[in-house]
Formats: sequence, structure tokens, C-alpha cells
Amino acid sequence: MPYIPHTSQEIAEMLSVIGVDSIEQLFDEIPPELRSDGLDNIPSRQSEMQVQRLLTEKSMQDGTPLCFAGGGAYEHHIPAAIWEIATRGEFYSAYTPYQAEASQGTLQVIYEFQTMIASLTGMDVSNASLYDGASALGEAVLMSVRANRKAKSKRIIMPATVSSVYRQVVATIVKHQGITLDIIDFDRANGTIDIDKLKQQSEPFAALVIPQPNYFGCMEDVHTLTDWAHEQGAMVIGLVNPVALALLEAPGNWGTQGVDIAVGEAQPLGIPLSSGGPYIGFMACKQKLVRQLPGRIVGRTVDLDGKPGFSLTLQAREQHIRRSKATSNICTNQGLMATATTLYLAFMGRDGLQKVAASCVQNTQALIDLLKISPGICFPFGTSVFHEFVITLPTDVEQVIEAMAEEDIVAGINISQYYAQDGLENALLICVTETRSPEDMAFFADTLNKVISDLTGGARK
Amino acid sequence: MTQLNETVIENRLIFEASDFTRKSSSLAPDIDVDMVTKSLPEHLLRKSELLLPQVGELQVVRHYTCLSQKNFSIDTHFYPLGSCTMKYNPRICNTLAQLPGFAGRHPMAHSSMSQGIMSCLYELQNMLMEATGMKQVSLTPMAGAQGEFTGVAMIRAYHDHNKDDARTEIIVPDAAHGTNPATAVMCGYKVKELPTNDQGDVDIDALKVMIGPQTAGIMLTNPSTLGVFERKIKQIADMIHEVGGLLYYDGANLNAILGKVKPGDMGFDVIHMNLHKTFSTPHGGGGPGAGPVGVSERLQPFLPVPMVALKDGQYYWLSEDELPLSIGHLSAWMGNAGILLRAYIYALLLGREGMQRVAEFATLNANYLLQRFADAGFEIAFPERRASHEFILTLRKEAKQYGTNAMDFAKRLLDYGFHAPTTYFPLLVPECFLIEPTETEAKTDLDSFVKAMELILEEARESPEVLKQAPYSLPVRRLDDVKAARELDLNYYQSHAE
Repeated sequence: MPYIPHTSQEIAEMLSVIGVDSIEQLFDEIPPELRSDGLDNIPSRQSEMQVQRLLTEKSMQDGTPLCFAGGGAYEHHIPAAIWEIATRGEFYSAYTPYQAEASQGTLQVIYEFQTMIASLTGMDVSNASLYDGASALGEAVLMSVRANRKAKSKRIIMPATVSSVYRQVVATIVKHQGITLDIIDFDRANGTIDIDKLKQQSEPFAALVIPQPNYFGCMEDVHTLTDWAHEQGAMVIGLVNPVALALLEAPGNWGTQGVDIAVGEAQPLGIPLSSGGPYIGFMACKQKLVRQLPGRIVGRTVDLDGKPGFSLTLQAREQHIRRSKATSNICTNQGLMATATTLYLAFMGRDGLQKVAASCVQNTQALIDLLKISPGICFPFGTSVFHEFVITLPTDVEQVIEAMAEEDIVAGINISQYYAQDGLENALLICVTETRSPEDMAFFADTLNKVISDLTGGARK
Repeated sequence: MTQLNETVIENRLIFEASDFTRKSSSLAPDIDVDMVTKSLPEHLLRKSELLLPQVGELQVVRHYTCLSQKNFSIDTHFYPLGSCTMKYNPRICNTLAQLPGFAGRHPMAHSSMSQGIMSCLYELQNMLMEATGMKQVSLTPMAGAQGEFTGVAMIRAYHDHNKDDARTEIIVPDAAHGTNPATAVMCGYKVKELPTNDQGDVDIDALKVMIGPQTAGIMLTNPSTLGVFERKIKQIADMIHEVGGLLYYDGANLNAILGKVKPGDMGFDVIHMNLHKTFSTPHGGGGPGAGPVGVSERLQPFLPVPMVALKDGQYYWLSEDELPLSIGHLSAWMGNAGILLRAYIYALLLGREGMQRVAEFATLNANYLLQRFADAGFEIAFPERRASHEFILTLRKEAKQYGTNAMDFAKRLLDYGFHAPTTYFPLLVPECFLIEPTETEAKTDLDSFVKAMELILEEARESPEVLKQAPYSLPVRRLDDVKAARELDLNYYQSHAE
């Protein structure tokens, strides 16, 4: 029997101790009319060898294409040691560290994670993780409204330069709290927040979200934006890419005061793409907001002998204590992913992360230079980018993506599906990280040129 | 020597091993960072210090390997944490989920490069529908609590769609998980707390008074958090449906009934499942989980997107275009896809026969342990009832007689090499242990656990101080939680840097 160690003699002994004749009798409190008659539509069991063969075939069916897509999920090199260690049974098969003395490994890892996230973002404190970047932004919006009662407003200014998918997730999460999400348009020439339109805002608002770099890969003028929002009595939520923070100013130092809450997706730090999850949202804030943070928090303390140790703390914010008055319903978060992220940052260190980030910038520039000489490809935005950029194509973007897929390339993301009414037609969002070699980029540019030529040539016939 | 080792190496933080003059490892690309940053806008560059540790590769490996050894885990210890279903996580599930075709797939890869993973997710949706008796399943919620949010948000969307906006209350039993009331509030509802009777069933008379046109729904766990099956579930379902409310099933305890009774047949309209419990995906030190939802026909239009559908032999993503009433997206992509894949692999390995045995042996182990504890003189919270996959001991007698409370027993168990059961939950039962052995534990380990509890009981009688000071054999003694909360130290560089 898979994973059940009982011998028939043990079963007999156990039943006799309980005082029943059969296992079936143990279900006698379930009303008979509710009992189900089996699981006919579930296939019969397969051996580990059979399942391995089946899954290997399925994974090979999807292949290992050359990836130039980003948009919130990024391919980076993952040092081999990370998942060797993170999947050690002692990390992999433990749970939330309720018994602190028997969970010092997990607890210290989370404390180190919190320190690294706080460091990276330039904030005072971090929690132990949230589900993903999008839901972390949702929690940040809820938190800013809780924390900024002075604004007397439940309005959030959400730039169109924040990923459309993130905006949709936030809308789902905050829908029943009377919060309004007002979209601010982007500047057509720069692909960044339209600061003139932003400054026309006269109604009060609780918080402004600032993405850096933004969904188009462009860099926002974070200092001006942060100071302006603070002058209006609003909070600032910085939505940041953790790799970019190796080179770009930390949200804790934006403008004169820094942001109030920083969130983002930590998947780039050692987590495989894996079809979109499991990833890991992070959230850090200023010290004075710590009691408004959702999720687990680990603190350093001492034991009976005065020896340092770690335990879950500030639990009075959480659902298992506060129930209906908790800061969030979150319980289990992304512990194993926080472990992997901590390992990644420890292996890379300050210098390593800077090199990864610099390599992303350099490779992205290299591909931009290659595509600039391609006929028919336009660059709608004139702003500096980190590791993503937008091009517009002289033909149908979906057809281009499909044709590139036939050449085993994930060409990028069709962002016209989100921005068509903003004049971005046949627009492709492309990402280049340190994992792409010069040959990869040349192959991409050549293939794209060929695909466009085939498609437009076909159209002319 | 041991002493030196302990203080200097064992307790060190990774930051204390760092030296900023150490050169970076071979793991990063070789590049002149300053050359590159010159191409970026000067005023946006990082001026603040980047405090990440500079440590050698071997030293990092050793640091975290040693840290892992300070954990109790399923792989190393019996872990009867009630309500958490700490069963064996087959290694093959992880190995196969990390195959390059799965691990390397970008969530926006074209569907022609995604038929493999989509077929797995589609089949998992179908298997979960069969296992729960629900009409349709969406896999996107990323944890149990997000599944709860999804479920209650769908209840709300249903009432809103029917313009039935007088429904402002969600009923939650007093024994429920804290996530239930917290979720109801996130969905904009008031929480009505429903009392439990002395048999562990919900108080039907109290429920009668509570329900009406203001009732949006009820959230129930069955078997309940008290470890007993709610026998009047059909009557409760009828009562709620009669007043126009809907029933939410918290799938925390699905392991107890897999293949024996289906939430759909009990009358539930929406359920969530914790795949990290029933379907054995890793608990990971606190996640990631996965909390798929299943619905009855009337809630089908409100399911969250994306879902996988099949047409003409091709799998594709269902979006808001096909489901205009959907409550929307809960994650940027397809939820915790890699976890869903592990659950799918586990389901294939069990098959229909194995799934039935899950509930059977989980229940056998729980009832055996219950009887052994009763025989050993421990007080069972609901002695007249059959245990489901878990049960509750109350140590109130021991607390009164010897001054040793449930936490003291829990800490002493750690010294005996057992992870403690869930303590002080449910809140209704004083000094309680919620014990869930799961089906994958062998009888000999259950016997050792009982033996340990007998020895601790003896210690409590003879020298209660031993319990109050426990544990003794772990990396740390009992920790000062009050200091942790009062003198917050959450960030090494903030609290310890000069």
C-alpha cells in the first residue's frame, strides 16, 4: 500500500485495542445516506516508475525554449546549491515554527531573510513573506488604508505603468473594503507615469503606488513622485524588482523621506519560473508601521539561559489570535521560497547581486542595439530601461509570438492585450537577463527579422 | 572545545560571517559594474549602502546545512501537529516537479509550449472534482486562507449578482480556525459566532435563532476542528439553504474523509482544499501551500481565473472572456503551479485505491492513539465520540494537580524526540492537545509516542519542575516571547550594527 506501513497483524491489534471489528466501523458516525460509493473517475494507481516516465514525457513535450519573456517572472541563473539545501527534509518537510525550540533552523533563516529584504529595500522591517508580488501589492494597499487614517480617504492612485495583471489581483483582493483604485495614465513618449496628469489630482488619497522599474521596463522618477505624494498627505508604496535594487536607489531612500511600504516579487532571487508559482511576495515597511504588517514576523530574543534564539513575534496582529480583527487572513505563506531567497542572497552577496544586475542591463542594451537596425521595429519609449523594453511590430504581435514559438523561442509578452486602447498596438515586452548569451541574442534578432519579413511579405501578396 | 564551537560557530548569523573585502564567488557573471552603471540615469542610482553578506560558497552551504539540522521535520521526527496533516511527502513528487520542462517554463509561454503542464493541471482539476463531489474546480488560490477568501468572495458575488444585498452576515462556529472569521471580514461581512454543544456538534438551536434574510452563508469544517464528524450536517445545510444562504466547506480536514463522504454530497456550495495537507505537498517551514476551490453549479460562473479547459484535443486557459462573472485573478499567473504539479503526481501514485486508504488509515491511527491515551489515564475531550483523523486531549487535570500545563507537556515532548501536537487550539477546550498522527505513521512510532507521554505524566507527578523548565536537549532552552515582542529585534543590521 503506497506510503502506509501497517502490517495485517498490526491492523488487527489496533482494531482490537479500539474495540471494533473493522476499519469501516470507524466511520459509523457518518450518516449512511451521505456515504459515497468510491472514486470511480480517479485513475487506478501507478508505480513510481510509471509516473516518472509519464511526467518526463509531459515535461519534454513543453521543452526548454529560449526565454525572452519577463513581465513579473524572470529567468535568472539559480546556483545549484540553493535547491540542494532548500529541499533537505529538515526544511522541506517542517511546518510553521510554532514550537520555536524545535524550529530554530527555519526561524533563523526567516530572521536572515527579513534582514536581507530590509537591507535591499532600505526599509526598517520586513515580514516573513507573502504569496506573490501581486497579492503582496494587494496587502500593501489594504495596509496603507489602515495606516493612513489621517488622509480620510480610501482612494489609491494606481499608475497604468503597474502590471495590468497586478492591478487585477489588487482589485480582487481589496474589492470589499470600500477602496477605490484610480488609474493614472502613462506618458506616451516616456512610458512612465504622466506626472502632469498626476499633479492635477485634487481629491485626497491614501497612497500612491510607484513601480520601479515599471511594467514597460522603464525607470520612474521615483524621488519627485515620492516627495509629491508625501506633500499631499498620502503614503507611498514602492513596487520594486529586487535584482534592480542592486543598482537602483532603494525605496527607503526615495525622495526626502523614503517610501512607507515596499513590496515586490522575490522570484528573481533563486526561484524557478515554474509556470508562475510558487513564487514569493515580500513586504517591508517603516518601523512605525510594524504593527500594521500582515503575515508572520520572526524576532530575535533569548532563552532561559540568556542564549540568543528566535521565535514568531507580534502574533497579536494575526488571525489565530485576533480572528476577525486580524491585519489579514494570511496564515501559511511561502516559507520554502523564503529559504531559497535567503540562500540566493547569501551565495550572491552584495557584489554578486550587483554583477547579476549589471549583466542584465548590459545584455538588454545589446539586444536593443541589435533590434534598432531591424526594419519595421519601433521603440515607443525614450526612457532608460533596466532589463525589459517595449517594441512595436509592423505586423500582428500574436502571430509573431506564435511563429517565434515554432523556432523554440518565448519571444516576450503581447502587451497590446492590456494597452490597445492606449495606442500601444502590436507591442511586445521583451526581457533579457544575465542568462542570455550573445549568440542567444543574435539568434533572437535574426529569427524575429525573418518572422516579420515572412509575415509582412505574406500580407503584401 | 564543544563550548567554543557552540558559541562561536553554531549561533552565528550569516551577517557575522561576512567580510565586505571578500571577493564575490564564481556564481555571478564577470562584469565591470561601474562601466554599466554609467549608462543609467545618475539620480536614480543606488547611493545607499547595499548590506548583503559577502561569504564564501562552502561557508554558506555549511551555515544553512547546520541550520537545517536545528529543525524538527516529518523526515526526522513524528510530527502530530493537529489540523496540519503532517504526512510523508514522497520525494518523487519534488524530483519530477523540478524537471527542466516544468521548472523552466515561463508562465506566459505560448500554449503550444505548454500542453504538458496544462494536461497535468486539467487532470488534477478533474480528480479534485471527483474526490470532493463538486461541479467544477479552480486551482489558482495560493494557500488555504486564500482559498477561503476566494470561496467567501464567490458567495458574496453570488448574492450581489442576485441583488440580494441585505445579506451581511457570515456564521462561523466558535471552534473554527482563525482564518475563517478573518476571511469573512476581508470580504466585507460581519461575523456571527455559533456555539458548540458538549458533544462537539454545532448548537442547532442557537443556529435556528441566528439565521434569516441577513445570512449570507456559514463556514464549516467537517470533521470539525474538534476531531469529530458533524452528524447533523444535512439538517444544517437545509436550514441555511432554506433562508437563502450558502455553505462554505473549510477543507482543512479533508484527509479524514477522502473517498468516504464528499462535501458536495453533504450540501456544500463551495469548498477549499489544502493540497499541502491532504495531497502531501511540502509544508516547507510555512508554505508554499495551495488552496484550490470547488463549487456547486450555482457558483460556477464566479470561479477565479485562470482555469484550464480542453477543446478539440488542445488545452487552453479560461479567462474572464469566457467567465465574465468571475471574481477575477488571485495571483499574477496560475497560482502555485509547481505545488499543484506535486499534488497531481501524488494523486497519480495513490490512485483511487490509495486515496480511500488515506482516510481509513488516518482514522485508524487516530482512534488507536485515542484509546491508548484513554487507557493511560489521559482525559479525552469528547470520549463518547469516534475520532476522525485527529482528536483532542485535555490536560486540565494535570494543570490543576501538578501545575504543569499543556505547553509544559509540549516542550517536554521535544526532549523525547517528538514534535508537539497543536496546543491551545481549538480555544474551547482548556489545556488542549490536538493530535493528528496521519496515515503514514507506523504503529511502533505511535506506541513510542504514547510511552513518552506516559513518562512525562510520571514526571509531572513526581517532579513537575522538570516539565516547567523543558526543553533541555534542543539548540535553545525555552524562549522569552515577552522580550521578543517588547524589545523588537527583527533586522540584524538595524539592531546590531554599531
